[in-house]
Amino acid sequence: MSSKGKVASSVAGERINSELFTLTYGALVRHLLLDLESPEEVNKQLDRMGQNIGVRLVDDFLAKTNTTRCRNFKEAVKTIADTGFKMFLGIDAKVTQIGDKECKMVLNDNPLIDFVELPEKLEPLSYCNLLCGVIRGALEQVSMKVEVLISKDPLKGDERFELHMKLLEYINEEYPFADD
Amino acid sequence: MLLSLFVVNKSGGLIYHRNFSSLAKLDTNDTLRLGSMWHSLHAISSQLSPVPGCKGIELLEAETFDLHNFQTPTGIKFFAVAECKSHGVDRFLKRVYNLYADYVLKNPFYELDMPIRCELFDLQLTSEVTLTMN
Repeated sequence: MSSKGKVASSVAGERINSELFTLTYGALVRHLLLDLESPEEVNKQLDRMGQNIGVRLVDDFLAKTNTTRCRNFKEAVKTIADTGFKMFLGIDAKVTQIGDKECKMVLNDNPLIDFVELPEKLEPLSYCNLLCGVIRGALEQVSMKVEVLISKDPLKGDERFELHMKLLEYINEEYPFADD
Repeated sequence: MLLSLFVVNKSGGLIYHRNFSSLAKLDTNDTLRLGSMWHSLHAISSQLSPVPGCKGIELLEAETFDLHNFQTPTGIKFFAVAECKSHGVDRFLKRVYNLYADYVLKNPFYELDMPIRCELFDLQLTSEVTLTMN
């Protein structure tokens, strides 16, 4: 194992080799590129896959961290940054800008891109778009409709990995969800 | 002592039910009906509260049993019927939520909001029940 082979850990304490995870994700993206042929389509597909993961994962998060209901977007964003990324990816995230409807979050490290170099012809590909989907799916389950984009990407020459989140609306579902 | 467990999805459909005692059993139709009726009762109770932010019924005490309800922020309800003054039921429900997150949601072949038919979940639940009862 190279020195880069860190270990991702969850709150539950189970550990897997992060290289296995990184490589699996790489293989997945390659395969999608083969199947769908256009990077834009791959972005969409990754986002959709992430969403499917997110709607399931959110319960895992809530069950294991005993998080109580987040009252608003700001609280939810802070929870994701402080606990979410730590728990599922073993990395720290920092909220750099926050407002009632928009925020920016910087990931100090991103295990998904440990070994990745993006070829020029794949410029439009958002390699980590899965993460955006996960966050979108998870927040959707707790009544927040958000848009998540990768605003800075080291694969495209930026220094840090940055996510841009925008609150579209609170879904005031059929109650018992109605907020006050 | 636990008597039975119900899991209701966010639209009020019963997705899991299990009896832990040999006392009178309800048939499948009845459990389905009662599950969704509890969903509505729970919703009504939170609307009845004059104080904002009410999360609905958490414990219902009757002469012959207690009903403990636990609702997750995602809207799934776990509720258990137990003998009066049973201890540790709330903790048990939280543990069941954990098991649900692990053995149901992480099973790629489980469809969200559908009835739970996962053997691993059944097994884990059985041992959790034994633990709680002792």
